[in-house]
Amino acid sequence: MSPWLHKQRNLLDFTLSSLSRRRGKTLGMMAVYTSIVFVLASVMLFSHAIRREAATVLAKSPEVLVQRMVAGRHDLIPARYLDAIKGVRGVQSAEGRLWGYLFDPAAAANYTLMVPTNPRIEPGKVVIGDGVVRARSADPGDLMSFRAHDGALVQFKVDKTISRDSALVSADLFLVAEEDFRRLFGIAPGLFTDLAISVRNPREVTKIAEKIDAALPDTRIILRDEILRTYESVFDWREGMLLVLLAGSILAFAIFSWEKASGLSAEERREIGILKAVGWETGDVIRLKMLEGMVVSLSAFLIGYLLAYLHVFHFGAGLFEPVLKGWAVLYPKYRLAPFVDELQVATLFFFTVFPYTIATVVPIWRAAIVDPDTVMR
Amino acid sequence: MLFQPAIIALLLASLVGTLMVASSVPFAVRVLRSWDTASGSERQLEMEKRTYLVSTLLVVVLLSELASLILFVFNADRMASLFVGAMCAVGTLNVNDFGFPTLYLKILVFFAAAGWLALNHVDSRGFDYPLVRVKYGALIALAPVLAGAAGVQLAYFLGLRADVIASCCSTLFSGSTQVTSDKLAAVAPEAALAALAAILGLVMLIGRRVLSSGKGGVVYAIASLVAFAVSLEAVVAAISVYVYELPHHHCPFCILKGEYGHVGYALYIPLFAAAALGLAGGIAQPAARIPSLAEAAPRIMRRCVKTSMTGFGLFGAITIWLIWRSHLILIEQSPLHLILSGGQP
Repeated sequence: MSPWLHKQRNLLDFTLSSLSRRRGKTLGMMAVYTSIVFVLASVMLFSHAIRREAATVLAKSPEVLVQRMVAGRHDLIPARYLDAIKGVRGVQSAEGRLWGYLFDPAAAANYTLMVPTNPRIEPGKVVIGDGVVRARSADPGDLMSFRAHDGALVQFKVDKTISRDSALVSADLFLVAEEDFRRLFGIAPGLFTDLAISVRNPREVTKIAEKIDAALPDTRIILRDEILRTYESVFDWREGMLLVLLAGSILAFAIFSWEKASGLSAEERREIGILKAVGWETGDVIRLKMLEGMVVSLSAFLIGYLLAYLHVFHFGAGLFEPVLKGWAVLYPKYRLAPFVDELQVATLFFFTVFPYTIATVVPIWRAAIVDPDTVMR
Repeated sequence: MLFQPAIIALLLASLVGTLMVASSVPFAVRVLRSWDTASGSERQLEMEKRTYLVSTLLVVVLLSELASLILFVFNADRMASLFVGAMCAVGTLNVNDFGFPTLYLKILVFFAAAGWLALNHVDSRGFDYPLVRVKYGALIALAPVLAGAAGVQLAYFLGLRADVIASCCSTLFSGSTQVTSDKLAAVAPEAALAALAAILGLVMLIGRRVLSSGKGGVVYAIASLVAFAVSLEAVVAAISVYVYELPHHHCPFCILKGEYGHVGYALYIPLFAAAALGLAGGIAQPAARIPSLAEAAPRIMRRCVKTSMTGFGLFGAITIWLIWRSHLILIEQSPLHLILSGGQP
């Protein structure tokens, strides 16, 4: 073993033994440090996991959505717009979508109504999501009735329920046939909620959007990339906000570690004095103390991160859920797919280890420059 | 767009670093004015003690600057999804005029920091603080560089506006936004690879002479900085193209991604380390003239140059390996090949 490595090993050995001699102080420091890492890591893990979930869901959505705008508000779009869009070169397929929201007084919740085209649903039947099942305790074969736009009752028979695996997107879904949808809301045939367009070549998406915009000036065109970007920004923003709010605690932590590092006991001062008397240099003492900080930092980081991982992916992130996730009556029950991101770990490291190290440099230096004769007297 | 975790972390690191270095400047001035090892005055003793604090602080700050260089590139790559037309870090850095200057300044800070740390290391080997004035003079020069890098970085982040769906009802959201391009200017791959081979060969030759004669560290340092620049150009012009196997994709950042096996780290880490150590060798060489460092400085210089040569060698080997395993043929053996097969020369 090279002498350099040998020296580091001995220093580390000494560090560990000196930390274990002050077990109470070390454990107190570790507890505070770990909880700071835990809180910050939970926020980051949760927001990254949910962002990823959104990206996975959106990956299958159509490339372009076209909505008609009347007086600045979203309006029904006539089917003849489809012909104009199909005429644009590069459009693979275009179809009208029917969807909307239905308030159910019995559950005091909003359902998302959709008309799937493949496979079609028979008139009079409905396929419901997991959240609807829970809210109405409905099973296949049960009847559900709603008031249509003209006050008449429309009855549905529950055909199937959607499995919980896709709860994040399907919890409040209520899938019906086209005829039932039009009857419920009084939408005339030939009108759709919006149009979904798929494009063969992803690099042509913006050009096609421009052409549609020129051909149909009263429409609003939404690209999938834009939706993704917006989600990304919103989650970034929420995560950043929470971190800024937590900045106070990081600062408090920095002050705490400063205090802890500067409040040397007489015992420790004597120890440093003796070390210097037997030939240690100031630089060596600083190195020793920095090594102590590193041991504490890395252990606290590892433990805190592991706890946060368990908190988010096994216990549903109970502490921060409401802030990061938003709120709804029919909130999906789901488990996030575990996902650890390198950038996130690096960022977290900057938020915790960096302030700690900076805060302890001055106290460490103060401790290291003591003169041996003054402390041993 | 400041409310982004990685951006907050980067700004925090550069702010703290700048503050720390700036707060050391008055002390540096005092050292330059009234440092006198022969004196036993209280003032001198206090200054000697204080140097330990400044060195430790600077080590921490400069290491964090090095880490933030990596974080910056990593984050730029990740943010590409937020801007129209940006596919990777190049697009993100092109979003406004401060992107690439920030990167260049961060690289400059990296080398300045590495140089200062080398100076500090050499100085700590002498018993009588032989380089203390040089060190603190360098610190005073370092402070504005750090502050400048922090300021440009702040300007870059303040200028970022994600292209997001607005709540107003513009008909086509992305329409008016300027599309950022991922284009980088590059020289011809043949020229870049030839220049790379030439400069790496030159560095090795100079390095061997330095190791045998113990002189020429400064020349080696200059050569290694030139080699660093030529290597980066070669990465843009040819090496990355071989990795992507796409003749028109010249991105120096995408090779860091998982899709390409993070192979960029294998290229950049030896390269940056080699250039920084070469610089350190050049700093250690002149220090050998000082009596108290006459033994230590040449030893440090040799070790730096040796490790630096290993780094450049590793970079060259990885480059050859990447070209060898690639399925892309970028350079045909054209002249000879054509003459042999009897075609038009």
